[in-house]
Amino acid sequence: MMRVGLLITHVRPEEKLLLAEFAACGIAPDVILDRDLAFDLTAGPEQLSPSGLPWAAYDVILERCVSTSRGTYALAILNAWGVRTINTYQTATTCGDKLLTTLALARAGIAQPRAMAAFTEESSVQVIEQMGYPAVLKPVTGSWGRLLARVNDRDAAESVLEHRFTLGDWTQHTVYAQEFVEKTGGRDIRAFVIGDRTICAIYRTSPHWITNTAKGGVASNCPVTPELNDLCVRAAQAVGGGVLALDVFESERGLSVNEVNHTMEFRNSSAPTGINIAGAVVSYVMSVGANPLTPQPPLHIGEGARLQAVR
Amino acid sequence: MTPTCPTCDAAVPMPTGVVAHELITCPDCGTELEVLTLSPFTLDLAPEVEEDWGE
Repeated sequence: MMRVGLLITHVRPEEKLLLAEFAACGIAPDVILDRDLAFDLTAGPEQLSPSGLPWAAYDVILERCVSTSRGTYALAILNAWGVRTINTYQTATTCGDKLLTTLALARAGIAQPRAMAAFTEESSVQVIEQMGYPAVLKPVTGSWGRLLARVNDRDAAESVLEHRFTLGDWTQHTVYAQEFVEKTGGRDIRAFVIGDRTICAIYRTSPHWITNTAKGGVASNCPVTPELNDLCVRAAQAVGGGVLALDVFESERGLSVNEVNHTMEFRNSSAPTGINIAGAVVSYVMSVGANPLTPQPPLHIGEGARLQAVR
Repeated sequence: MTPTCPTCDAAVPMPTGVVAHELITCPDCGTELEVLTLSPFTLDLAPEVEEDWGE
């Protein structure tokens, strides 16, 4: 029997779907809460996990923490010990930082919006003016569309930057500025990549320039074209691969990758796409757990992965 | 036995298929709660959202 650990902060709708899919496969993963983690960093994977099993006993750990810091450090520790995880520390640490994601995508020649970085208020205004207005300021770490700022002119840029440098902690003092992309039809694309395939995608439509479903964006099915699949799979591999959700812009210049998320939420995406995303994740987890020499094997979603009845 | 909300003391009916560590909302006061155990049902306040939370 394969031993699977499910590392979580708490149970979101996604984890509930995953647990149901594991159960359908006859697997009861050990649910490990990140609040219970305690590691002896100078020892190894034979030490006991909160479940009572040694970490070394697990074939694979699926990391689904809402807490980025806890999840990322847990992956660092487990991977250092040779424990296989989905995703890997390499993938998580790249995707958890927008600046590092941009660098990884650029290295792989992936189309993406222009982005610049600076470290003072003055130099940040300069890079924003180099790109032109409007521009988007993003924290290098963060999610759910929080603390994004679209700045339309110099007054706004100076104001946001002063607030960040005065009120923010040191993480707010690395300024990541991205060109504003006018989205076709007021929508962007959220594409789900598992292994070497884009299994499905949704459009996120909103009258607001931030289209995250966490901010009220409405989901509808987006056909996965060969072009979209190719872009997303190459981008996923560029950040380390695994189970990923990519935010993709459509514009007059074509498709470009905006961000990559490594502990993706998909509660609103199975229904419009008709794809059992949780089932596909579980299939991937089981294939990784069963193949110790191929930690990121390709996943081919057959017709069986389609939802019989949309949840 | 139906557990009670730690904030307002109202009875909080458990949804069908609820699992441990799932987050639910008190129907009376709207407080977000975490289901700590299933047998018996016990509830506590859900953890506060932290700055590094996300996907």
